[in-house]
Amino acid sequence: MLPVLFGISIAVFAIVHLIPGDPADVLLGQNATDARVKILNKKLGIDRPLLVQYFAFIWDLLHGSLGTSFYNRESVTSLILGRLPETGMLLFGGVLLSILIALPLSILAASKRGAFRDQLVRAIPIVGLGMPQVWVGVMLILLLGLRFPLFPVSGFGETFPERIHSIFLPSLTIAILLSPILIRSLRASMLEILDSDYVLTARAKGISTARITRVHVLRNAIIASVTVLGINIAYLVGSMVVVERVFAISGTGSLMIDSIARRDYPIVQGVTLYFAFIVVLVSLITDLIHAALDPRVVMK
Amino acid sequence: MKSSKTLYVGVGLLSALVLAAIFAPLITSFDPNEPDYVNTLLGPTSQHWLGTDPLGRDVFTRLIYGARIDLAIGLLAVVLPFIIGVSLGLLTGWRGGKTDSIIMRVVDTFIAFPFYVLAIALVFIFGPGIKSIIIAITLVGWVAYCRIVRANVLVAKEQDYIHAARLTGLPSSRILRRHMLPNVISQSIVFAMSDIVLSILAIVSLGYLGLGVPVPTAEWGSMIQEGQGYISEQWWLATLPGLMVVYVGFSLSLIGDGLVARLER
Repeated sequence: MLPVLFGISIAVFAIVHLIPGDPADVLLGQNATDARVKILNKKLGIDRPLLVQYFAFIWDLLHGSLGTSFYNRESVTSLILGRLPETGMLLFGGVLLSILIALPLSILAASKRGAFRDQLVRAIPIVGLGMPQVWVGVMLILLLGLRFPLFPVSGFGETFPERIHSIFLPSLTIAILLSPILIRSLRASMLEILDSDYVLTARAKGISTARITRVHVLRNAIIASVTVLGINIAYLVGSMVVVERVFAISGTGSLMIDSIARRDYPIVQGVTLYFAFIVVLVSLITDLIHAALDPRVVMK
Repeated sequence: MKSSKTLYVGVGLLSALVLAAIFAPLITSFDPNEPDYVNTLLGPTSQHWLGTDPLGRDVFTRLIYGARIDLAIGLLAVVLPFIIGVSLGLLTGWRGGKTDSIIMRVVDTFIAFPFYVLAIALVFIFGPGIKSIIIAITLVGWVAYCRIVRANVLVAKEQDYIHAARLTGLPSSRILRRHMLPNVISQSIVFAMSDIVLSILAIVSLGYLGLGVPVPTAEWGSMIQEGQGYISEQWWLATLPGLMVVYVGFSLSLIGDGLVARLER
């Protein structure tokens, strides 16, 4: 994990320093004179050698600082943390809903291989994986926000119930994008489980199908979904950035896109780093959950 | 038999759209990008089959011309990742040792970046446009091919035909090109089919965010974004471009499934 974190820090640092042009030029706009650009560059520390800048960046990072915004001089860390409730709820809601959609459908499909309902569920990934994230969002707005106005179509609300209400459509969007991936792997792993010796043994002992599904199949299927989610976390987090935009939620993704228009380097850098960290962290967590649920896995 | 059918249906569906995109000027006489302020936001008429958008441009025309952009860039964007990824995968699997561990660390790093976040950051660096999209997809996309090919090479390396080739004293480059490559590439080709869909999805998302193909060029993503503002009245403005993507995704996924079945025989 450490080499990956090191690689991430280099990549993120490189991203911002590859940018053509002078940030001071952009910041000062029409007021940019050579002398002013120089002063500002000194203030921002951009005139120092790259290696020095990199170590300064790492040093700050180890102290929990991602620098300050060029735009309004606020600390990038607190800006990101301020958007955490939106992003966190969206991530959690999306994962929860996608499991609620994918799990029953996969069980339904796998329980009768080749039947009509199996064919139907197998068609979901074929269509679902080709749906643009933004389009799914807009379609849900059209259906559940306007035609049947059950949910708010944008914003994030003030109180907790309001927030759950307004985060539902964005979460459902994420879930619709994620569940085809889940269904594909879950159906396969469930077929494998149903073919296994221990299920056969359970059947031979006369245990009912419902109980076998609950005790043996479901548990293993949940383990499988955790693994699949872990593998696709990068895709999931990336889709969130786009979906936030569709629903005008001011989460971390929106923070990043707004900062691009303002050419606010520290924020773009900070958010990129933050998302990469989330991915590494969630992969680690899914590994731990996997180990906790599956006694065969031994963590080294 | 059945797999061939899947493949042919997929190829047929996709070719229909590709042909329509190529011969767009013959199918429709409207200009996809020229505004016509007299005929804005029309419903479907005999002239404008799918109505017009807020700037009076023919929606059907823009959908067809949009296919040119989205299909071409989507296809183009996976060529480089394919070549780079397959080559590096061959190299890293074959050489092993230090080369392998360095390349795999780089791969691990790239995997940690959410694709859209990296793509957006890269578009930020190079400015919006087709060039940036292709650079972004290339930088992120090679990783998958590298991993797939490497895994296949590790298996193939220990097979008799490779041992035999080595024993005859053939140079590594020849073994890799003539013996290894044809045997390890099929999975990458199948993956490329779904990768084209992924890159089209990326172009659409970036277009929606205003970071993709610059307006007014007809492109499905920016069309969805423009249509969203009129969703309560002219719902089809945002709906149809998305359906085009679903159509492409569906046909490519049929092609992919057909290829899998064919290559496994």
